[in-house]
Amino acid sequence: MTPDYYLVLAAILFTIGAAGVLVRRNAIVLFMCIELMLNAANLALVTFSRINGSLDGQIISFFVMVVAAAEVVVGLAIIMSIFRTRRSASVDDANLLKY
Amino acid sequence: MEDLKLPGIDYGALLPMLILFGAACVGILVEVFTPRRSRNVIQLSLALLAVVASFVAVIFQHDTRTITIGGAVAIDGPTLFLQGSLLALGLVSLLLIGERQIERGGPFVSQAAITVGSQKDLRQAGDQPGATEVYPLTVFSLGGMLLFVAANDLLTMFIALEVLSLPLYLMCALARRRRLLSQEAALKYFLLGSYASAFFLFGVALIYGFAGGIALSQVHEAVANPERSQVLLYGGLALIAIGLLFKAALAPFHVWTPDVYQGAPTPVTALMAACTKVAAFGALLRILYVAFDGVRWDFQPVLGTIAVLTMLVGAVLAITQTDMKRLLAYSSIANAGYVLVGVLALNEEGLSSTMFYLVAYGFSVLAAFGIVTLVRDADGEATHLARWAGLGRKSPLVAGAFTFILLAFAGIPLTSGFTAKFAVFGAAVEGGQTWLVVFGVITSMLLAFPYLRVVVLLWLSEPSETTPTVSIPGFLTSAALVIGVVATIALGVVPAPLIDLTRDAAQFVR
Repeated sequence: MTPDYYLVLAAILFTIGAAGVLVRRNAIVLFMCIELMLNAANLALVTFSRINGSLDGQIISFFVMVVAAAEVVVGLAIIMSIFRTRRSASVDDANLLKY
Repeated sequence: MEDLKLPGIDYGALLPMLILFGAACVGILVEVFTPRRSRNVIQLSLALLAVVASFVAVIFQHDTRTITIGGAVAIDGPTLFLQGSLLALGLVSLLLIGERQIERGGPFVSQAAITVGSQKDLRQAGDQPGATEVYPLTVFSLGGMLLFVAANDLLTMFIALEVLSLPLYLMCALARRRRLLSQEAALKYFLLGSYASAFFLFGVALIYGFAGGIALSQVHEAVANPERSQVLLYGGLALIAIGLLFKAALAPFHVWTPDVYQGAPTPVTALMAACTKVAAFGALLRILYVAFDGVRWDFQPVLGTIAVLTMLVGAVLAITQTDMKRLLAYSSIANAGYVLVGVLALNEEGLSSTMFYLVAYGFSVLAAFGIVTLVRDADGEATHLARWAGLGRKSPLVAGAFTFILLAFAGIPLTSGFTAKFAVFGAAVEGGQTWLVVFGVITSMLLAFPYLRVVVLLWLSEPSETTPTVSIPGFLTSAALVIGVVATIALGVVPAPLIDLTRDAAQFVR
């Protein structure tokens, strides 16, 4: 069985995530789309690890999981503090800074 | 079972980074175990001490040329030079961050988690001392930047990118005044920053698939003798470049810059404008010069177009700005374009002139934002351009210093701005990129207009009732301003020692 399908799946997931960030409005959903992109990268790394016959890719994906967890902590802290003030997590409402 | 073979670790070469990360961890403990009254002094001294110690360690290492911990970190000329300049610029930004005299409690909010506008928030807005977490965050971020310019494989580079970015996202949200703007800046920076690093990571995955490894030397060999599809190579290079160009604020990935620079507390903006730029370009240099120099003919025109676009966008939009911090943000975008011109020379001269430009620009921009923190009215900093009218009559010294910095940005001879632009343009001509230099000179002339408009506004307008006052700077801000202005003069009048230093350092190890 060929591992190429997993690469195609990773590319599709990454594209869904990237497009989601551009079209969705809720900060939490945006954030989930970014996590989807990270996990698509993980899938690609693990697949390439299998293709290359080396363990590097699997190790990298562990590091990525840790980084993603740290990002969640920082991101949710920022989104929460904004939500408590504005009662809204929509990125369209955060529009004081312009021009 | 076979014995594990552990990679050798050269602790001496890693010492600058170890000192910073260690000091940042100690800083978090200090936050827990010391009383609130004495915390600011202890934290500030600890951070300054760590940065100075780390700088000394870099100086002691100045002859080291090695690759250590299993190829993850390369300590070579550009690494050491960029680490040294990051630490020098970081020290000056720490002085700005540590200032507590200008405003009661300092420029940072006491407890960022309290809801804006609530009773508790009104109470803390009055006189509670600012958060001291900002010092360990700064030191963590600086440590990440030091690792970012030294990273010799793509995983280390990704981790360093996150270590330098995550504290910055938080620091953006810590302003004492205008907290809604500050939080909004943090949200925008965080969402777009992690979006860009996700692109970077997918690029790493593609390059891992292409090269069969993530060490930059492996990538270099795979680029020279490709065994896999070129789609992986070009896709991966493009995605990695997006991540790095975002951090360096190059068009079309610059959109976050003005908003974040305006909303963040001004000392943090200064740190981002000076140090993040050095770190991002350091990593870009290493990626392009060490890993991908085999496909230089393919990426040169694309990045050249980006450089031209960046210079045009920065220069043209700077003209239309009405806010001082946004104007400086667009000027920093245009300057990133000039640095990219130096990078694209792709020769030794290009490398050394780029490093010179980063240092020269860093000191000037620190002084510029330092002065922005001084011009205040009852609501905090008065950043609208109209408010600065006639400031030259009221406080000639500060207005004079600001005029000088603006002239340096515009590239007037006898300032560091002129020497630096001259160096990168010279390198680009030598590297056969004359078309970039033509655009560079045209946009420099365009960019002189907004600077001169501010100078005219400062000196030739009458001060009105509403002209804000210039606060008397405390010792720390004065020191930062003096260092910034003196460096701007010195690098313009006697640039030779630093240029020699950059030339000696301009050799990557592979």
